[in-house]
Amino acid sequence: MSKIKCKCGHENPFGTVLCEKCGRPLTEEAKQSEVVDMRYEGSARRSQTYKRSIIDKIWNFFSSVKIGVSIIIAVLATSAIGTLFPQKFYVPVQTPEDLLAYYERLYGFIGTLYYKLGFYDMYNSWWFKVLIGMLGTSIIIASVDRVFPLYKSLKRQRTKRHPSFMKRQRIYGEGTALTPDLSLEKAEEKLKEMKYNVKKEDGAVLAEKNRFSRWGPYVNHTGLIIFLFGILLRGIPGFYVDDTMWIREGELRSIPGAPDYYLKSNQFIMEMYTKEEADEVFGKALDRVGSIVKNYQTDVSLYKKKEDGLPGSTDMEFVKDYSIIVNKPLKFDGYNIFQMDYRLNELKSMKMKLIEKETGDSFGEFTIDLDDPKGVYELENGATVNLIGYYADYAGVENGEPVSKSPVPNNPAFIFDMRTPEKPQGEKSFVAIQQTLETEENAYQVKFVSADTRHISGLTIRKDKTLYILLLGGIIFMIGVIQGSYWNHRRIWVQKGNDGNLLVAAHTNKNWFSLKKELESVKDYAGLPKYVDRRDTDIESEQEEGEK
Amino acid sequence: MMELADLSANLLLVSFIAYLVATAFFGGAIKKASSETTYKKSRWGQIGITITVIGFISNLGYFITRWMASGHIPLSNMFEFTAAFGMMLVGAFILLFYLYRTPSLGLFALPIAIIMIAYASMFPKDITPLIPALQSHWLVIHVITTVIGEAILVISAVAGLVYLLKNVDLTKPSRERFWLEAVMIALVLVIGFVVSSTTFKLTGYEAHFTYIDKEDKPKDIEYNYPPLFGMNEYEAQTPEAMTPWIEMPAIVNAKTLTTFVWSVATGIVLYLLLRLSIRRPVATLLKPFAKKANSQLMDEIGYRAVLIGFPVFTLGALIFAMIWAHEAWSRFWGWDPKEVWALISWLFYAAFLHLRLSQGWEGKKSAWLAVIGFIIIMFNLIAVNLIIAGLHSYA
Ligand code: HEM
Repeated sequence: MSKIKCKCGHENPFGTVLCEKCGRPLTEEAKQSEVVDMRYEGSARRSQTYKRSIIDKIWNFFSSVKIGVSIIIAVLATSAIGTLFPQKFYVPVQTPEDLLAYYERLYGFIGTLYYKLGFYDMYNSWWFKVLIGMLGTSIIIASVDRVFPLYKSLKRQRTKRHPSFMKRQRIYGEGTALTPDLSLEKAEEKLKEMKYNVKKEDGAVLAEKNRFSRWGPYVNHTGLIIFLFGILLRGIPGFYVDDTMWIREGELRSIPGAPDYYLKSNQFIMEMYTKEEADEVFGKALDRVGSIVKNYQTDVSLYKKKEDGLPGSTDMEFVKDYSIIVNKPLKFDGYNIFQMDYRLNELKSMKMKLIEKETGDSFGEFTIDLDDPKGVYELENGATVNLIGYYADYAGVENGEPVSKSPVPNNPAFIFDMRTPEKPQGEKSFVAIQQTLETEENAYQVKFVSADTRHISGLTIRKDKTLYILLLGGIIFMIGVIQGSYWNHRRIWVQKGNDGNLLVAAHTNKNWFSLKKELESVKDYAGLPKYVDRRDTDIESEQEEGEK
Repeated sequence: MMELADLSANLLLVSFIAYLVATAFFGGAIKKASSETTYKKSRWGQIGITITVIGFISNLGYFITRWMASGHIPLSNMFEFTAAFGMMLVGAFILLFYLYRTPSLGLFALPIAIIMIAYASMFPKDITPLIPALQSHWLVIHVITTVIGEAILVISAVAGLVYLLKNVDLTKPSRERFWLEAVMIALVLVIGFVVSSTTFKLTGYEAHFTYIDKEDKPKDIEYNYPPLFGMNEYEAQTPEAMTPWIEMPAIVNAKTLTTFVWSVATGIVLYLLLRLSIRRPVATLLKPFAKKANSQLMDEIGYRAVLIGFPVFTLGALIFAMIWAHEAWSRFWGWDPKEVWALISWLFYAAFLHLRLSQGWEGKKSAWLAVIGFIIIMFNLIAVNLIIAGLHSYA
């Protein structure tokens, strides 16, 4: 495309609004306006220039801040809808039918609708992901569209600007000065004192400060993109492990998601705040809400399979002991193991005794290990008890057979064959908690004595290689917002006009009050002409009031 | 330890009173001055800010002594969190006062802080021990940064309100007048909560119930208001208490609903009384106090507050929050309602900045956005805690 040649001789790229060098308005619109739009220095941005091909159209769509803001609002709104009712992962049921029933039972018609529309799993839905993708695209395109032209025109700007540029600034003043050259010199001195970068050229002064803050938005957008990229990576296998395990006290288990590692739980501890030990300041609160948990902890030993161990063997070496507590995960080799959940008092073993019903005489006690129930228990006086059936989680009888609904000993039941010298052919008995069934009246009975319990810890295993990428994105984002928000780009132009006039103009991308304060002190020191802020209407009316 | 706790409560009272007195002085500064320029240097304004700073120091004293008494940072329940919010709001105001020296801001920021502290005081004030998930130094880092960030952001809404009170024409009905009055009503409703809650507390009202929660478990509950709504399958344990009008399903916390309805009813009565006695919108009462503020300055303070607050908020509510969530719950982000609402606030302020920078949304538009931002922050603080309870729920 053709270049636009300005009267000052500079060749500007097609689409430029204000000459990169002298600032003369180049378009009709800019020539007509009273205050020019200084946002990107009137530079030629791709999105403002090319509008024809499909690619141009897509580019223009995503580079528009209106569209960007609409996408942000769309993400915001969908996120908000997702908090109306609990999301799928906070609901105690998982199958589709149960989920539907759950939302219907608790939230009625709206709950059903919520489920049907897929809002119950909002943040994993395809449209939410598409929105996030569009957000990322928009950030990239909008930034690229602006940053290069902006960089170029700030680099090429000349010290001396055309009066038509000066006149169209928001802060502008014009007037005679007794000694224009002296004023310029003094202005330069004062501006330098205020840490401005001052350039001089042919009766013109340009003072500039904090240009770097203009790059803040682009830096922070880069941080956001790095963050989103990190999230994208988690989909790749190996970058991200998320598993859970339940482990009983005394148990040794391989760690899911962490091959070659084994964990042994030595103990699970749950402690409450007690009124005696807690400071008296907590007394009232404990009275009000009852008990408050102080600590959840699993004491574990970590093992690793030996380097030279045979595949499939359990030849292990001890790595370390650790107490996993909430907020203090066990860390090793990029993995983190967290204390997440617990179950108290699972049955571990039951102590039984064999008695003669009539006399109550005992043949002694035996202990059934519920993880690994043995077949035959030898007792005193030649009696034996043979365990011929074990149902860990007894749930009634189906088709004449007792059934267990899980391997977890929630409700253990047993079938015993009891042999004594008196009844060498044996008697059978079905024993569950609180009940004993016999096919025919027996002379002997297995009676429950006591039970041993243990606790179970619910642990979560995480490995997340993307964390550092996410953190990097976060840090870059923070640098960018701080750079863009806590500093601002200020420029002050002072130059000699025709016939001994002095022109003053100033621009900043934000925080005009501080700019005016600085300009005020330059004006007073160097005797510059009066200027106005064409946005501040209150000041004028106030001055009028004051004059009355 | 108990003495420290008492000292702490007294310091909070001192700061509360100081803020009230300082508000009066800022009001005086504006009454006395003839224009923006003169009131900037007014004696009244000087005294006002001095008293505010004294109150703030006492408020910090409350915070530190309570921290010492309990052994953990006082940001772990509804009372502590909201009171800290009020305190930080004053801190943020002091910061912006020294940047711009405008008493108008104080005249509106301090009452909001006062209402917030009063609101906080309606919740149980006992010092509670920390549950395991909160036992982390990240609690301190995350919550303090977040509260500071939010408080600075709220200052933008205060500046926005002043701007709107000055620039919205209240003599003729309009959409803007309607919404401005709605904001006034919302503030009166909060006062309604404080008034009704204090009244029933002074009379010592209590009503016990048992009920069945949504997981079908029996529970106990104690109302401090006459129960208008009953919990799911409730049974009264206090015979002389009133019988609830209707029973609510298990998903509704009927106690919260009762409190809400009492507060709203009280607030409406207050509002109507006020309205009947002045016979014009309540916002017009405040307009004279906003008249001398410079619109351009208020607009800039509103923007500046967002610029200062946004990075702090991002750091506290997103970055530190993620780091801590990763330590405590094994994932840096879990779409818990409180987290999502922090994200929503953040996105909202990002939209605010973009609209302002690129679409030129300044003046009234920007002021309204700041007010909406305030509403979102308060929603996250209050409604999400009380209604959409998630992992973060304090109540
Ligand atoms: C949640 C996502 C985003 C965040 C947190 C964010 C953050 C920011 C911030 C803090 C600024 C500086 C504003 C100011 O100084 O007042 C900014 C500027 C900007 N943003 Fe974003 N942004 C996001 C998304 C987007 C999107 C989707 C677009 C696409 C249109 C976009 C385009 C821009 C542009 C064009 C600027 C102005 C740059 C300049 O004038 O120097 N941003 N952004």
